Amino acid sequence: MDKDVKKEVTKLQELTYELKVEHAMTREVITVTPQATMAEFREILRTHRISGTPVLEDGQLVGIVSIEDLIKALANGEIGAAVGEKMTPGVKTLYTDEPLVHAVGKFARFGCGRFPVVNRHKELVGIVTQGDIMRAVLRELEIDYHEEEIHRYRASHIFEDIVADETALVFGYRVMGKDFSTAGEASSSLKTTLSRLGIAPPVIRRVAIATYEAEINIVLYTDGGEIVAEVRLERIHIEAIDGGPGIPDIEQAMQPGFSTASEWVREMGFGAGMDLANIKSCADQMKLESAVGVGTQLEVIIYVDEKGEHMGRER
Amino acid sequence: MKLEEIVAAAALTVRTAPQGLDAEVTGGYASDLLSCALAKAQKGNLWITLQAHPNIVAVASLLDLAGIVIAEGRGPDPGTVEKANEHGVCIMTTGRATFTVVARLAGLGVPGVD
Repeated sequence: MDKDVKKEVTKLQELTYELKVEHAMTREVITVTPQATMAEFREILRTHRISGTPVLEDGQLVGIVSIEDLIKALANGEIGAAVGEKMTPGVKTLYTDEPLVHAVGKFARFGCGRFPVVNRHKELVGIVTQGDIMRAVLRELEIDYHEEEIHRYRASHIFEDIVADETALVFGYRVMGKDFSTAGEASSSLKTTLSRLGIAPPVIRRVAIATYEAEINIVLYTDGGEIVAEVRLERIHIEAIDGGPGIPDIEQAMQPGFSTASEWVREMGFGAGMDLANIKSCADQMKLESAVGVGTQLEVIIYVDEKGEHMGRER
Repeated sequence: MKLEEIVAAAALTVRTAPQGLDAEVTGGYASDLLSCALAKAQKGNLWITLQAHPNIVAVASLLDLAGIVIAEGRGPDPGTVEKANEHGVCIMTTGRATFTVVARLAGLGVPGVD
């Protein structure tokens, strides 16, 4: 597969590669013999509420017969004919260990409703329809969803479960300088963690914005640093620390619009100089200390109340 | 209004996996400055921008935006689509200019955020 195509693989496609035909197939296969009449076949369809079956002779797969074949037989007044005459012989099959994506491809290519599934000894072990594939993929998606729910459930009880006079959880993230491909990952990871902890969404939004701006500043202007978030029941304390170059004039840097960003950084939509002002508007308390040649340390405190509104002042 | 209705009505091209198309769009915001989008755009908004690099995905994901529309015929950078699929962010493109897109969305009843 082409590298760029491969990059665009979605979750759904990923699942069709991960899951095998055996995960989707129905194991109890209803079959008919070639000697059965179409009238008998009709009864089988009616009893089992299915729309087609493989045809087996002495345990060997010899064809497949569907409701379409039945309709044709009815139209021609050949309801008494043997299944062996009306079936589609020389059936295409799928192997149990083939990825579902092969099945999807074959359904698209041959336009049939079902494929018998055989093991590597060519023994019929199941049958798969397009509906079966959809169900298998949805089931798997649901499992992923539940896992996230379980993470969330476990994590959101941590403050109640821990016995201590004071509890603080500390999360640290390293930020690479000048590396745009990973820029935003620290804030994104912190956001996921906070939502698992059950923190109110408006609080998470403020933390995410402040952290992202701090993270981008580290990426744009320094050789790297770290972001540390200390989460307590009543407040979140974020520290963004880097190893230089430092800000010569903090008061000037805080002015909306002030920027030292180079042209290419501005072209990317960064460095409009509102970043520190943006952080400030999200913070209940903010402290910025910097020494040229040493580094910058930014501290932000965001209080957690039920509504996630600012405790200190209006935004 | 749902995202997929907007995609159809404004003739947008979905460039990512068709994810989150049933999301309810709560409003729109247009800017090419990430900081402005970060400060102003609200959860469920559609963001119209000329930026195409992967960091727009980080912004959309942090804010839980309904999606990003890249205007004026610009395509997303190769890494952008990959990252967007990973984070479940829907990216759309259009050949029209930002103003035209915004006017169309406003005509469809998508409110601005102020």
